[in-house]
Amino acid sequence: MAEKNRLAALADRLRHFPARPLTKVMEVCGTHTVAIRRAGIQHLLPETVKLVSGPGCPVCVTPDHFIDEAVSLARRGVIVTSFGDMLRVPGSRSSLEEERAAGSDIRAVYSPLDALEIAAASGRETVFLAVGFETTAPAIAAAGMMALERKIANFSLLTALRLVPPALQALMSEDARLSGFLLPGHVSAIIGRQAYGFLAARRLPGVISGFGAEDIITSLLHLLEMINKDIYKIVNTYPRGVRDRGNARSRAVLAQVFEPADAEWRGLGLIPSSGLRLRPAYAALDARRRFAIRVDGAPARKGCRCGDVLRGLIDPPACPAFNKACRPDRPLGPCMVSSEGSCSAWVTYG
Amino acid sequence: MDKILLAHGGGGSKSAELTRKVFQRFLRDPLLLEMEDAARLPGQVFTTDSFVVKPLFFPGGDIGRLAVCGTVNDLAVMGAEPLYLSIAFIIEEGFPVTALERILASIAAASRASGARIVCADTKVVEKGKADGLFINTAGIGRPVFRQPVRPSRVRPGDVVMVNGPLGLHGISVLTARGEFGLRASVRSDVAPLWGLIGKCRALDVPFMRDPTRGGLAQTLNELAHGRRFGVRIMENELPIPKKVAAVCDLLGFDPLHVANEGKVVMVVAGADAERALKILRRHPLGKGARRIGEITAAHPGRVVMATRSGSERIVMPPVGEILPRIC
Amino acid sequence: MCLAVPMKIIEIKGEMAVVESAGLRREVGITLLAKARINDWVLIHAGFAISKLTRKQARETLALFEEGRLFG
Repeated sequence: MAEKNRLAALADRLRHFPARPLTKVMEVCGTHTVAIRRAGIQHLLPETVKLVSGPGCPVCVTPDHFIDEAVSLARRGVIVTSFGDMLRVPGSRSSLEEERAAGSDIRAVYSPLDALEIAAASGRETVFLAVGFETTAPAIAAAGMMALERKIANFSLLTALRLVPPALQALMSEDARLSGFLLPGHVSAIIGRQAYGFLAARRLPGVISGFGAEDIITSLLHLLEMINKDIYKIVNTYPRGVRDRGNARSRAVLAQVFEPADAEWRGLGLIPSSGLRLRPAYAALDARRRFAIRVDGAPARKGCRCGDVLRGLIDPPACPAFNKACRPDRPLGPCMVSSEGSCSAWVTYG
Repeated sequence: MDKILLAHGGGGSKSAELTRKVFQRFLRDPLLLEMEDAARLPGQVFTTDSFVVKPLFFPGGDIGRLAVCGTVNDLAVMGAEPLYLSIAFIIEEGFPVTALERILASIAAASRASGARIVCADTKVVEKGKADGLFINTAGIGRPVFRQPVRPSRVRPGDVVMVNGPLGLHGISVLTARGEFGLRASVRSDVAPLWGLIGKCRALDVPFMRDPTRGGLAQTLNELAHGRRFGVRIMENELPIPKKVAAVCDLLGFDPLHVANEGKVVMVVAGADAERALKILRRHPLGKGARRIGEITAAHPGRVVMATRSGSERIVMPPVGEILPRIC
Repeated sequence: MCLAVPMKIIEIKGEMAVVESAGLRREVGITLLAKARINDWVLIHAGFAISKLTRKQARETLALFEEGRLFG
């Protein structure tokens, strides 16, 4: 029962913490968004603290265009493999779930290795929707390398990979009222505490956190304390997963296969060098080259304010469509359908 | 909606949508619209269910055992003793007879264990590729024996919510038996006939029972609370979630409250009878893990709320679409 | 999307390893770690080991696990 008491004690400390007025903290990992709401941690925050969700859900920040590309491939008889929650995201005209119902071969996988096995077993053209941040990009790079080593020529990647630090920099420039960041535990496992130096230079504290309720509450307490004392450091409360220097080997694998590229983020627009593209040596893995995908320009979706939610400008309930025109079973935008989307988390956990 | 999606079969809110928007426009008998687990006829209850589980065999059971227990349990949770079953098979051309025999042996054993007699049957064979091995439908008739009516309209604030044992086993068993997501594990499904357990409570005041199958505990509690003047409050600390279930859910990002059970009953028992109910349940092999998980409350009517481990609160919504396709 | 869980390496087969936790097993890639050994506890994400726990952290993880507190 010691654990229960520890958690209760932490929760109590957070509730009664003497936070500064107008404290605005941003968490930037979709997994944190869900963990926080699942444990009800937002109800434990002192009154003067506002917690906003940032663009930490890779599915959510992917523009409609990407879904349209995937749909186009599916309709051409390619096996489309993807992480589960991409399937229900609406593109400009259809979603992968609907395409599957119409007969396309679309399969949810847990790992890009599973997609590789599907390619090997079927012999048919198989594309993996390569979506994710630095946590996932090395795994996708490794799977790509395995495909080439094993000469599985019918496997390719449709990439929409994004990098977290450039997005943080874009957010910092936009919103001068942010007091600090709750930083993503597993992205940080790859990039390390060292990657966030630019935050301290801008007088913004950050805490790298794990995902249990205790971890998150502890991290929030650290952050609020730094904000109170004008301390601008990056603290790691998740040493189990994260080292100062991160995982150099993972970064090396990533860098072998991918290079930085400008990328479009839903809500944030174009951020230079914030995405990844395949290096020329790995062009054979590029689904866009292999298939010459043509997609019409997408009409802007009426009423969807995912962009503003992703920037932390509005809370989900402030979107006029929230839980009315836009619901988990008929979403307008990805924030409502992704398992890590803010809007979905608000509806699902309150 | 112009096409049926897999999500419509998931048991969550999309299934409910399909029922409301399509089926109920044509099938409008008042008994059917009650939407309970079985129809209340004069002196009997009547129900049907179909089974499309993949794989056909999994640790702890198979499609045959499931087909008997699923229907028998739908009768049991209405407070009815299961009496008779019908069973219909749709078999794919090429299906091995030895596999069919194994499944039939399972059906016979489950039928004996449940006390329900299989009194009519049918078989069809379809061309290769059209039935994924085997589909089974069962229908069942039961006799209500609970002294006080098992009707959700009788649920009151102060009633106690309890469950007879660990949650999430069936869904995870089938998932890992499929080898999906590359996971290997031996998790035994909890599929079991529950009348032997439930019947023991017939003298108590039990206004509501349901077996949390597709959609899990979250779906069942929301079905109870929806549109009512009471709310349901459960305690995260009290939910019995086995390590293996938690491990798989953590790895894949599932919520254990959304995972199917096939040997569990959620019971709402009048406060005065709650302790007795727990004692009775715990004396039975299928109720050894019985525990109180929450209560009916006058607060937040129509909603299900969970007191979290961190001393806070969050709502519990039903799952939206398919978490795991074809688990029962 | 950043779900990663700690699991223990019980077998190594070249670029892949079998990891285990709570009786659950999966084959995962280990090419993202500089060094991987049997009995190492590693964080598994999308079918790959992305980080290794120190011996002390591994012992703590195991203790949490035995108390049923590792997950959730």
